[in-house]
Amino acid sequence: MLEVTKENFEQEVLQADGLVVVDFWSPKCEPCKELMPSVHALAEKYQGKAKFCQLDSASNKRLAISQKVLGLPTICFYKNGEKVAEFSKDIAIEDVEAKLKELM
Amino acid sequence: MTEIYDILIVGGGPAGLSAGIYGSRSRLKTVILSKGKPGGQAATTQDLENYPGFSRGTTGPALMEKMAAHAKDFGTEIIREEVIGLELEGDVKITKTKNGKEYHSKTVILAPGAEPRTLNIKGENIFRGKGVSYCATCDADFFEDLDVIVIGNGDAAVEEAMYLTKFAQTVTIIVIHDEGILDCNKASAERAFANPKLKWVWNSVLEEIKGDGLVESVVLKNIKTGELSEMETNGVFFFVGTVPKTELVKGKIDLDAQGYIITNEQMETSIPGVYAAGDARAKYLRQVITAASDGAVAAVAAEKYLAEEEGFKEQVLSVSEPVMVAFWTPQVEESIDAVSRLEQVAGTLNGVVRLVKIDTYRNKRVAKRYGVTEIPSVVFFHKGEVVGKLLGDFTDKDVTKIIESLT
Repeated sequence: MLEVTKENFEQEVLQADGLVVVDFWSPKCEPCKELMPSVHALAEKYQGKAKFCQLDSASNKRLAISQKVLGLPTICFYKNGEKVAEFSKDIAIEDVEAKLKELM
Repeated sequence: MTEIYDILIVGGGPAGLSAGIYGSRSRLKTVILSKGKPGGQAATTQDLENYPGFSRGTTGPALMEKMAAHAKDFGTEIIREEVIGLELEGDVKITKTKNGKEYHSKTVILAPGAEPRTLNIKGENIFRGKGVSYCATCDADFFEDLDVIVIGNGDAAVEEAMYLTKFAQTVTIIVIHDEGILDCNKASAERAFANPKLKWVWNSVLEEIKGDGLVESVVLKNIKTGELSEMETNGVFFFVGTVPKTELVKGKIDLDAQGYIITNEQMETSIPGVYAAGDARAKYLRQVITAASDGAVAAVAAEKYLAEEEGFKEQVLSVSEPVMVAFWTPQVEESIDAVSRLEQVAGTLNGVVRLVKIDTYRNKRVAKRYGVTEIPSVVFFHKGEVVGKLLGDFTDKDVTKIIESLT
């Protein structure tokens, strides 16, 4: 998974073509760390079909808030730079996968 | 054949981890299935300073990591799997997980824990992750130099509010009670009242959360005057208690009206060999220490169950000759006499029949299973099956008659 920050978010997510999934997390967020392995598994499974990124919102707070993310964990889907879907708090990875298939 | 665990524990919070420590230290094959990283709710609490031996400065995640390491050190297997199905009846319990695996075990300890309660206030759902939060350690970073409110006034609410003051500009606690009255412990209340960054709104409840994409304000209602007032804020943290995560066992074991698992003092549920521990259990105090205590009791009770069941199988069910099982207890004099008469009968028959004695004071479960309601009683087994019963007092003749019919 690609680590995105305030330096490369514009280029890697907003300017990117196709489907981008961004997993917002922070080192203090235990539920985020619970979720992360299954997001990594999805990234592997859909390699080449969607781009998977993770964003540490503790060190990129303003960027997260600019994306209207004010709570963790949050997973956002972007299509051609436009936010098209979002999951927050109790995230079931099955729902994420279903949404991914729908958007592909 | 699939391997069979002695103890399978559902949930990796303090209850599950303690059960793991006690189980594996007794050399029982013990596994914990934990949805995420072990630690449970305690791992999302920053300041945790009431666990004995761990004073100020202790954090929830650090304590939970130590507990997990402790359990692993004694040989507990900790597997990250979410349990989605349980078959608890029968000698071998079957646990199914989300990724399609099945685990077999002789006993199950349910320690699924609890999760934050939601109030379903207008706006609560749509602003989740947009300023509405149930986890201070997860989201506090976002609110640096912003204003937040906290709903609730129990231990969790007041302690998490104090944690939030390290980040937010202001933290306002909305309290339903009269001024100065909090449901939390006194030590936390004193510290909270002395904290200059904490503000208070008394006699009030949350009516609505408003915003445009992100939370911008809340509407509060004064319960004494009925007056509504709007207050600007960037975040709303809910700490209004928890609900047990017991959906999975609904209809399978006895729960109370709130959904908590009912157990006795040995943590036994309504199904033999199935125990419950921690926040999901109906009990008086839900803390890390009581969860740990439940876990220890459950594991020891499970160990005793395994020994008794194993013993019963070896001495009664898998024996080729007929077996008389005498149910007695030292407190009932007739039963002591009955046992000695049975010993004489077994002696004269010399090897034709075996005698096994069960003290019902120490082992109530086997008596219950075979419908033994009176002491003394004798239940006759042959090739693993019940073939005769004498409930209450009996004569030697009654006994020999049954044995003769079997041989």
